[in-house]
Amino acid sequence: MAAAKSERSHRAPHSQALGLRFLLLAALSILLLVVDHRNNHLDTVRKAIGATVYPLRVLVDAPVSTWRWINESSVSRNELELENSRLNAERLLTYSRLQRYSALEAENSRLRAMLDATERVQNRVRIAEIMSVSANPYRHVLVINKGSRDGVYDGQAMIDDLGVIGQVIETELLSAQGILISDPDHALPVEVNRNGLRTIAVGMGEYDRLDLPFLPNNADIREGDLLVTSGLGGAFPAGYPVAVVASVLRVPQEPFAEVSAKPAAALNQVRELMLIWQEDVAAIAGDEEARQHEDDLPNDEADEIAEKEPDDNRDDKNNTAAEESEIGPGGQADE
Amino acid sequence: MSSNSAARRLPILGCIVVSLMLAIAPIPAWADAYRPDWVALTLIYWSMLLPRNYSIGWAWVTGLILDVAQGTLFGQHALALSLVVYITVKFHLQIRVFPVLQMTATVFAILALYQFILFWINGVAGINSPAVTYWGPVIAGTLVWPVLSMIYANVRYRSSAGG
Repeated sequence: MAAAKSERSHRAPHSQALGLRFLLLAALSILLLVVDHRNNHLDTVRKAIGATVYPLRVLVDAPVSTWRWINESSVSRNELELENSRLNAERLLTYSRLQRYSALEAENSRLRAMLDATERVQNRVRIAEIMSVSANPYRHVLVINKGSRDGVYDGQAMIDDLGVIGQVIETELLSAQGILISDPDHALPVEVNRNGLRTIAVGMGEYDRLDLPFLPNNADIREGDLLVTSGLGGAFPAGYPVAVVASVLRVPQEPFAEVSAKPAAALNQVRELMLIWQEDVAAIAGDEEARQHEDDLPNDEADEIAEKEPDDNRDDKNNTAAEESEIGPGGQADE
Repeated sequence: MSSNSAARRLPILGCIVVSLMLAIAPIPAWADAYRPDWVALTLIYWSMLLPRNYSIGWAWVTGLILDVAQGTLFGQHALALSLVVYITVKFHLQIRVFPVLQMTATVFAILALYQFILFWINGVAGINSPAVTYWGPVIAGTLVWPVLSMIYANVRYRSSAGG
């Protein structure tokens, strides 16, 4: 009651100050918007606020993770045995493939040495869990539970067991935000695995579709072609599967073919993903970018991705080396 | 006195925190287009009832947190929420005494404005946003408003009765 009375007695000055305060804060917001949009000077502020958001994320994630824990801890012995035998079989299969792989790798590096090419290094990977996905339907962004403390850096590539998922766009101390390859703002340089044809795959805002808008009508591409990362942007290491071409439509009077592809990774179903630490990325990217500029590819998108070249990954290797051992040789990604 | 007001603020702070959590909670993709603007609804309610305690400053700070949580442009939700709360506080004496239907219609208009601001900033910044998804949160928010305001009225009654 007392509050209501004081409210009324102070109403006149209050409502005057209200408009002023609104104008002030609106101007401040617009300033923040412009600064944030033009350049990334606000990263530290974002990180500070991000630290306060982290407990919220954990709380939001708690029911889901509790449910998963209950599910996992209440599976029957029978199911566990089944899973165990299945995993054993898979492991055998993987090992047999891996044997062949190491032989191939040795051969590859020998051949490369012969050709005097730069020997590519294996990438380090580490598993991260997805904490939440973007609430904004316009953007395909997710939050993972590894942050700058774990050595995650902006522009880092994220994959799952089937293919490329996206890349990190913002790191906080304990978590990081990643953009999916299906986000309308995302484009990544790819090549057709069959013939090495290079192009750009652009997100369309749909989880099961990427577009390849820069392919001329006579390009050698057909349904079922596997698209892999070309490594040209520098953000993604080369050779990871990205998508499978789903449809190719050639309209004779149009200069470009309408090609769409289905992402190899199940973008809206992943719970865990792998972060890739690239070694010697600067050397490889610099080398290839020089070549890229001679190409007839539209370079805008590629450059945009190339700008996010990670440069702070060197000091993080010591931290990550310890945990990599648990992933084992199966987790080591190929080039 | 100050501890008393702190105890009174706690439930309302809780409401804001819960609305932030609802705003970032993972839900299926099809439902995502119809996620009500929980934070906007919450701020509308409390700034309408307690305009002296929960005004633009709160809306702005909450908006910044929402921006970081959702990964949108820094200041986008802050600006939109400030405008929403400004309008609400400006007309809080009228809105407060509206019957439910009329109040819901007002909330609909405010939510549409809120979405428009977000949409507009996206457009200016060159971020693609399909126009179809514009009305989903507005309609969903309007539909949940009567229930939400009843829940909040209950929170308010209990907190003021207890403290």
